[in-house]
Amino acid sequence: MSMTILTVDDSRTMRDMLNLALSEAGYRVVHAIDGEHGLEVLRAEKPDIVITDINMPRLDGYGFIEAVRDDPGFRNLPILVLTTENAPDKKERARKAGATGWIVKPFNAEKLVSVVRRVAA
Amino acid sequence: MDPMETIRQTFFQECEEQLNETETGLLALEIGEADSETVNAVFRAVHSIKGGAGAFKYERLVRFAHVFETALDGLRNGRLEASPSAMKTMLRSADLLADLVREARGDAAVDDARLEALRDELGRLAEEPGEPATQAADSFGFQPLTLSLGDLAPETPPSQGWRIVFRPAPDLYRRGNEPARILRELAELGDMRVTCDASALPLLDAFDPGGAYLAWSIDLTSAAPREKVEDAFDFVIDDCELRVAPLAPAPDAEAANADGLEFTPLSIDLPMIDAPTAPQAAASPPPTERKVETVRAEATVSQTIRVDLERVDRLANLVGELVINQAMLSQSIVEAALPRASKAFDDLTALEQLTREIQEGIMAIRAQPVKPLFQRMTRIVREVADATGKMVRLKTEGEATEVDRTVFEKLADPLTHLIRNAVDHGLETPDERAAAGKPEHGEVRLTAAHRSGRIVIDVSDDGKGIDRARVKAKAVEKDLIAADAQLSNTEIDNLLFLPGFSTAAAVSDISGRGVGMDVVKSSIQSLGGRISVSSRPGLGSTFSLSLPLTLAVLDGMVVKVAEQTLVAPLTTIVETLRPKARDVHRLGVDQRVLADRGVFVPLIDVGIEMGFRTTPADPLSGVVIIVEGDGGARCALMVDSILDQRQVVIKSLETNYQQVQGVAAATILGDGRVALILDIDAFVAVTHSQPPLAAVS
Repeated sequence: MSMTILTVDDSRTMRDMLNLALSEAGYRVVHAIDGEHGLEVLRAEKPDIVITDINMPRLDGYGFIEAVRDDPGFRNLPILVLTTENAPDKKERARKAGATGWIVKPFNAEKLVSVVRRVAA
Repeated sequence: MDPMETIRQTFFQECEEQLNETETGLLALEIGEADSETVNAVFRAVHSIKGGAGAFKYERLVRFAHVFETALDGLRNGRLEASPSAMKTMLRSADLLADLVREARGDAAVDDARLEALRDELGRLAEEPGEPATQAADSFGFQPLTLSLGDLAPETPPSQGWRIVFRPAPDLYRRGNEPARILRELAELGDMRVTCDASALPLLDAFDPGGAYLAWSIDLTSAAPREKVEDAFDFVIDDCELRVAPLAPAPDAEAANADGLEFTPLSIDLPMIDAPTAPQAAASPPPTERKVETVRAEATVSQTIRVDLERVDRLANLVGELVINQAMLSQSIVEAALPRASKAFDDLTALEQLTREIQEGIMAIRAQPVKPLFQRMTRIVREVADATGKMVRLKTEGEATEVDRTVFEKLADPLTHLIRNAVDHGLETPDERAAAGKPEHGEVRLTAAHRSGRIVIDVSDDGKGIDRARVKAKAVEKDLIAADAQLSNTEIDNLLFLPGFSTAAAVSDISGRGVGMDVVKSSIQSLGGRISVSSRPGLGSTFSLSLPLTLAVLDGMVVKVAEQTLVAPLTTIVETLRPKARDVHRLGVDQRVLADRGVFVPLIDVGIEMGFRTTPADPLSGVVIIVEGDGGARCALMVDSILDQRQVVIKSLETNYQQVQGVAAATILGDGRVALILDIDAFVAVTHSQPPLAAVS
């Protein structure tokens, strides 16, 4: 069975791009439009990997990651963070929240999939 | 279509939404009606545009969005104050951002000088107080580097490969990282021998499932450079001890090999690594529960779908045909002379109900709120205000009012023109306003509302009003009217709509774009709408647009006049009655009025007005329909009889034939014949120029 990836991003463009690249690589992709929604979909879909944006309404990426890590069922779930630039402070905050790794935007499909493979079981 | 191309379209659509969000937010900030979430939303919108633009390599857009975002970030964390001048810069930046999006889409390129000027302005804004931003970045910037700095020396070419010692800290597991995966990635770089150091592993009673007890020593035979090796540890560099040293050169190679043989090769102890994962499986809920949740999640995800407009239009057309067909069916049933109690009548009623619901459903799909259109106008106001040196506030009302998509799209140009006019011609300069005892800020109001089955959009200003003397002089000068013409105020105001009329002494840059009010009028008319103007000297002017809700179907009263079948829009009808002799009064030679509820309304013989007959009919023989025009003026239409009340499909007369005075459109009846739909406002207008009607005491 192919792995399920949850992408959490408020931008439709970004969700579509992630979807395109990941489904072409054979992953099953589910979406959420912000952190709150992400937690709902997370519990319903039990994804194998999560890719999340940072800047989102309602619940941002940091809060989302912390909430995921607070749930014993998802303590070891790989979570990748999307950041626009190589901003060390953002990475640090994401790491503190419990992020596994990061993907720097803009990404191409190849780079994205290689990062996903890096954290995927 | 290429999937990337589809996403690109999505990106541009989303940009429009985000640009709107940006503008709305900034405007709220400008007038101090914003909360902290407003700034965040604006920041996110610009950030999203930047993200998407990066993916499509719109470099100019990315660079500007970045500078803009930095300034907004300052606003967000309080480094920058939302002063009027700062907000002005922000708003202009939002406009530029919109233009850059358009440039990316292939429209007009943005002027470099303008881009640079604003970029500098934003840059200064972001830097102003003390620039703590860079400091913060620096203090973080050093931290992750500490570990690798010591090993920076070996610039020597990678001889054999690398010896890596890797000791994860508990945090590595806590963040969902996994040594096995890192080792697997390393294995892709070359031959690898891995030794697991389990010496730190405690006895079971002291074992902490969240702890980190294992370490690995890896000999990697590879030509890969150090960066490549370290790259595999990129995510965990702060959560482990890592040493990467060049593998001993050739002479020592054997020794290294010999060393390696003493270890059990590549024994990654899988159960051990999996240990921390165990609770996850235990926490999984039973499958049934999971299913229920899935359904719920999907319901939230699919809140909207996007459909090709053509499909919706096709559907709308089909429903139009369905309505006609149903009318034909009902005609056939009547002609079949079925017994009154026949079930066919009930079924027909049910079918009519369904058709109506389908049609309303489709109209609702096609409807969209005027909000985006109104938002676009805020920018127009700003631009014109900047260019003319006027101070203007735009107030909008009824943004949630929905109009049909076709109407929506065609409204942009006329509205833009009216708004430009309102600021450029309507409002005075701040000095003039001050002299007239008005506040310096002029006000332009843009309102939308549903009124008796139509959309009414008003553009009004609190400026000087129409200078009727000047308008008249201009019309005379342009030979549009005779020099001695006696015109009422309304008639003078309406001169503005004549082709070839332009009041501005010098055609200004702003309003004079080769489009006159006559073009505005004809484009509104082509939508089945009307435009009217009212003005009070010194107080301002109002341009009022009245548009049909839908362009497809209307509820009409089918009437007969001189053997012709006509349709009167139901929304205009106030009442129908059979006139009594005492209520009909002659006025002059060939005019009559009807006393209705204490008021005289002009009585119009539709048959004569439409040219169906020349001798007036006896008012007492027919039926009178009291109708009301947009302005609220009423008149009484005399018809021979009322046939039916039903939905009719609107077929444009202009596209199929030509515009006819007094006729709004045509329709096809159940028997296949064409019937004309009356333009009630034209009828009301005929009587409008008559002397005012006195109320009966």
